[in-house]
Amino acid sequence: MLTYTAKRLAMAIPTLLIVITVSFFLMRVAPGGPFDGERQLPPEIENNLRAAYHLDEPLPMQYLRYMGNLLQGDFGPSFKYKDFSVTQLILQGFPVSLELGGLAIGLALIIGLPLGVIAALRRNSTVDYMVMGIALGGIAVPNFVIAPILALVFGVLLAWLPAGGWNGGALPNLVLPVIALAIQQIAYIARMMRASMIETLGSHFIRTARAKGLSERQVIWRHALRPSMLPVISYLGPAIAGIITGSVVIEQIFGLPGIGRYFVQGALNRDYTLVMGTVVFYGVLIVLMNLVVDLLYSALDPQIRYDD
Amino acid sequence: MRLTTLMGVGALCALLATGPLPAGAGEPDEAAVLHRANGAEPSSLDPQLGTGSWESNITGDLFEGLLARDAAGELIPGVAQRWDVSADGLTYTFHLRENARWSDGTPVTAGDFVYAWRRLLSPELGAAYAYLLFPVANARAINHGEQAAETLGVQAVDEHTLTVTLTRPTGYFPELLAHPSTFPVPEQAIRAHGSRWTQPGNMVSNGAFELTEWVSHGHITARRNADFHDAAGVSLQAVTYYPIDDARAALNRFRTGEMDMIDSVPTDRLDWARRSMPRALHVSPMLGTFYFAFNQREGSVLTDRRIREALNLATRRRIITERITRLDQPPAWSLVPDAIDHYDGPRFDFADSPLEERMARARQLMQDAGYSPAHPLKLTIDYITNPETRRIPVALAAMWQPLGVDVTLINSDAAVYYAKLRQGDFQIGMAPWVADYNDASNFLDLFRSGVPNNHSGYHHPAYDRLMAEAGETLDPGKRARLMADAEQRLLDDAALLPLYFYVRAVMVSPRLTGWQENPLDIHPSRWIRFRSGTGQ
Repeated sequence: MLTYTAKRLAMAIPTLLIVITVSFFLMRVAPGGPFDGERQLPPEIENNLRAAYHLDEPLPMQYLRYMGNLLQGDFGPSFKYKDFSVTQLILQGFPVSLELGGLAIGLALIIGLPLGVIAALRRNSTVDYMVMGIALGGIAVPNFVIAPILALVFGVLLAWLPAGGWNGGALPNLVLPVIALAIQQIAYIARMMRASMIETLGSHFIRTARAKGLSERQVIWRHALRPSMLPVISYLGPAIAGIITGSVVIEQIFGLPGIGRYFVQGALNRDYTLVMGTVVFYGVLIVLMNLVVDLLYSALDPQIRYDD
Repeated sequence: MRLTTLMGVGALCALLATGPLPAGAGEPDEAAVLHRANGAEPSSLDPQLGTGSWESNITGDLFEGLLARDAAGELIPGVAQRWDVSADGLTYTFHLRENARWSDGTPVTAGDFVYAWRRLLSPELGAAYAYLLFPVANARAINHGEQAAETLGVQAVDEHTLTVTLTRPTGYFPELLAHPSTFPVPEQAIRAHGSRWTQPGNMVSNGAFELTEWVSHGHITARRNADFHDAAGVSLQAVTYYPIDDARAALNRFRTGEMDMIDSVPTDRLDWARRSMPRALHVSPMLGTFYFAFNQREGSVLTDRRIREALNLATRRRIITERITRLDQPPAWSLVPDAIDHYDGPRFDFADSPLEERMARARQLMQDAGYSPAHPLKLTIDYITNPETRRIPVALAAMWQPLGVDVTLINSDAAVYYAKLRQGDFQIGMAPWVADYNDASNFLDLFRSGVPNNHSGYHHPAYDRLMAEAGETLDPGKRARLMADAEQRLLDDAALLPLYFYVRAVMVSPRLTGWQENPLDIHPSRWIRFRSGTGQ
């Protein structure tokens, strides 16, 4: 297992290298630059700025410089948010996104998994249709629709919860954004769990378990549940990486200081270093989460072993 | 049945939530914290690096220049208690108040201004607003790296006397001294902390408030600066600024009472706001012009004045402000807004002509230029992805169609759009401009040959001559007339397509006093206070 983990981590290095290289050059070929704004700078000032950020050097040189700094853990200064380094921005915003995303994925699992199981066990019943109908709604309605509705109804009209703001992560401020983030995940997880459970319940080993005279509860809890979770687990890897790195929509609508907006805003502002920092951070998380998923596979499915 | 009940409850809640807020009058509440929604996350809290109003709202509270602004946006003495101007208008002598202090208790001296202005102009800083000080002797050459910073025309005669030498008389020079770019910055803190000097704990400032907390994209908090020379006149205990870039979210949080002031109202909620919160809504003119630039560089079809005039004639500005922007902005028939002080500029001669007459003239001009519906002119309009203004180019295309103009719309994100504008890679492009200071030259300079923001590539020696002459004229009346002549030249050339003058819609809690509408849209927190018994 340890050798396998080490191998996977070693394999992640070329993957990340490719991601970083492609992103670096993609950003630079995008039209427009970090200093193109409503107020056009005099050419002399712009040249000074380009020199200060080493943008006047040939592109391969800039790439080597960036990689050199990256190896020392330096993401560089943000072009747009001049008073912060990219590392500071990520370190300040990530705990917020992690807390929101972690709670949202937790909520999605607590609600989505049982819903999927219930729908699978009562296949083609009214309960099944209702659960799947709601799930379909959850998937179809995007969070930029759900979030403002939640803020308006529960924040403004009923005044039960704050309509926005972080407030140091106080519980009332977390409720609406967590729900808005979780709704789509609940829907995905419920649908996935249902399909997987139905497939498992039709397998030979379940027929054998039933033939052995086990109760339905034992069949489900001891035999059907674990293998049914495999597709959900493989979905959760990238989903968790995605959700804990924040959502630009949720952060804007609820005014939260997470890192979700950095990717979009960084790209729009041509804030090269901020985009690259976010890409590297997200890339590392994806690699790690996928590794965790693979390791969990072996825990859930006895047929999968990573022995040498 | 249940749905109807729910809707009833919802409507009742809406009424309760949007009903009139309590109001009172009397003594200020000394323990009040003001919550200001503030557009966007500042790119920097260094007053010399910020470029947007969301930055100057904060730096204007944290720092004070030689001059300051009152609640009405008028100039008042700041660090300078008084000043003298030489007869030729070239030398300003500022007498600094002796009780001006940094937030660490050290005095603000003339030397601080010398340091700050040299820093602003240093090529290494790359400040976008360095050009504001170009009227000062040698400033331009220093900024372009051609001269040493020490040659700048600013001198600390003693701790409390500062002399400034200008290259030419500049009537609006005092206006520039209330702009955050020209504010003093703390040399010691900058030397000690480098680019981290703007972080809480490192920053030393000389304004009515001092920085205590900055959570990027969360909030910025500043508390009253006890060392400020007018600390006794500041009512608020602290101000918290929230970078809320979603106008709808800001409105929600204003309605719940989380925000005391918000700096924009979504267009589609304006009618609701007018009906439901009339005491909180303020719609007032701003010093800004929304116009489209015609690319007049060599080879462009828009070098033909007849086409530019025809497009201006066929544009129905009132329809755009009434049906699209919906803020009742004054239609613009010129470049310089009506609200600019000490300036009475010209308008297009057809401004008051009936539409039929204008359309007939426009058709004739297009025909003379060789275009008609049978032989259409193909044009492109470039614009930025912006929900508030993206429908305007669509309307223009429809308005120009009867002239035989076939428009293709090109929508880009801001970085791509401004890169195209800079490279002259467009035909007609959106070019909004909001004044940095209250002077007509801030608009008219946009059309001088070769200046960075002359997007159109407009070039007319007579125009340049008039603006240069105005720049050297000390008599305000004569200077205004020269600038008006220059603007007339611009309009005669139909050099731009002005659409409307900016109007700002904001919400201010009726619990606040000391907030006043003003065309610069500058509202220093030091003047704002809660009515008695309504603070937190």
